[in-house]
Amino acid sequence: MPTAMKQPEEIAAYLNDHIDEGVLGFVPAEVGQPWISVAPDTVKKIAKFLRDDQELRFNTLMCLSGVHYPAEQELGVTYHLHSTTLGHTVALKARVPIDNPRVQSVESIWKTADWHEREAWDMLGIVFDGHPNMARILCPDDWIGHPLRKDYVQQETYMGVTTRF
Amino acid sequence: MTNQITANIHETKEMTINMGPQHPSTHGVLRLEVVLNGEVVTRVHPHIGYLHRCFEKYAEAMDDYSKVIPYTDRIDYVSAMNQEHGYVIAVEKLLQLEVPERVEYVRVILAELQRIASHLLGIGTFGLDLGAFTPFLYCFIEREKILTIFEKISGARLLYNYICVGGLMRDVPDSFKPETADFVKTFRPKIKELNDLLSYNQIFIDRTANIGVLPAEVALNYAASGPMLRGSGVSWDLRKNDPYSIYDRFEFDIPVGTGEVGTVGDCWDRYMVRVREMEQSLVIIEQALEQMPDEGNVMEAVPKRIRMKEGEIYVRTETPRGELGYYIISDKSSSPFRVKVRAPSFVNLSILPAISRGALLSDLVAIVGSIDIVLGEVDR
Repeated sequence: MPTAMKQPEEIAAYLNDHIDEGVLGFVPAEVGQPWISVAPDTVKKIAKFLRDDQELRFNTLMCLSGVHYPAEQELGVTYHLHSTTLGHTVALKARVPIDNPRVQSVESIWKTADWHEREAWDMLGIVFDGHPNMARILCPDDWIGHPLRKDYVQQETYMGVTTRF
Repeated sequence: MTNQITANIHETKEMTINMGPQHPSTHGVLRLEVVLNGEVVTRVHPHIGYLHRCFEKYAEAMDDYSKVIPYTDRIDYVSAMNQEHGYVIAVEKLLQLEVPERVEYVRVILAELQRIASHLLGIGTFGLDLGAFTPFLYCFIEREKILTIFEKISGARLLYNYICVGGLMRDVPDSFKPETADFVKTFRPKIKELNDLLSYNQIFIDRTANIGVLPAEVALNYAASGPMLRGSGVSWDLRKNDPYSIYDRFEFDIPVGTGEVGTVGDCWDRYMVRVREMEQSLVIIEQALEQMPDEGNVMEAVPKRIRMKEGEIYVRTETPRGELGYYIISDKSSSPFRVKVRAPSFVNLSILPAISRGALLSDLVAIVGSIDIVLGEVDR
């Protein structure tokens, strides 16, 4: 049983060898951590492979974050994965155009993604295809806009109450 | 008349009730929409966000990475030192900054003191939820001593703004070392007192054993962390498994749930992990006090201006509630491009619907209490 801890670049190479499409490349980092870029419509397949493959065994999703990149007119999702059995860690990134921000949901792979994905929808307006309950989580259901977008303008009033002070 | 009870007498219509947002056992403003069949919980939908302040937007609006620190205090206001510590470590890693020895030791001691203070609050209010009022007061007496130490070093009792990027706001006073050592000495017997009073109290055991059982594989799939995960028997502590700061220098154990009075992963196990963790924190503090250098300028490595390179990092630290992650993206400008907080309470609370199905309504109070949520952290 070859089961050893892998570095992010090894994981990227391993993914390239075993997955036909969707793995777009490995981005090394000068400071901080590197990441693997993936296509948004293949996220679920890659996630399932990452979880179930015996060499990778990413059994936990530590964090799922939405990001707005205003210069590129894009939204992005970053997945931080960790394997408690093998001890390695990797970051995946998927980018989508802001006018059609659809990413596959990984809620069925890691249950923890449920609330993280709802938060990314609430805060940035990223739609997760296949999520069982794509509702706002932190803001009220009838709130307007997605606060963490860089061009967000807060609504003047909510239920007749001024929101600015 | 026979006294035979037919099943349909007990069949009731499903009823939906709201627990909270203003409810003493929800530890803040949390609304649980509970669907009940008689007294049995069939579904729970947590509604969160009542304390949402959008910390992440504030962080992006700051023109300096240091200015975010006071806001991190307010994420989890009962363990502010741990929040600052996590954020500062993330920024320092992005800056590739070395921190003086003395600073590291002071930070670790403060983090462990804060862990004890936070667990005392968690344990006390958990007892309070289940009707045990006295242990709560005992816990608060001890917590008060820690807050007094914090007040002496930082001037504040809850929201410190004390740990800064590269160092500390000011050096600790001379009285810090003896006072902390004194606290460690006097606190140890109090844990035994607490065990006699609450942990092994039969009423308390009856209310918490075999309630809200969280199996280990479910906990991992939900990315539970902290006492929530360790209560399920998984030996996982970032201080040991992914050491940060100087935690690799200390000898300590990781307490896990064993199903001592019930099933592994029940409310009592989660509770007891916290109690035993306090003992381990004392062990760490003792070692740190011994090894801590007496001399050293705590402001030595503090940068005058923070100049970031382009890059991003996800750094996680072990707070009293579990894995606190900061995902920071820097775009070279002086303000952070993105700061995402992976709050342990947020993730731990998302498990509630899965573990409270089939519980009695009164047990739901025990389950919520055993997760030890802080709503400031859930909602951010």
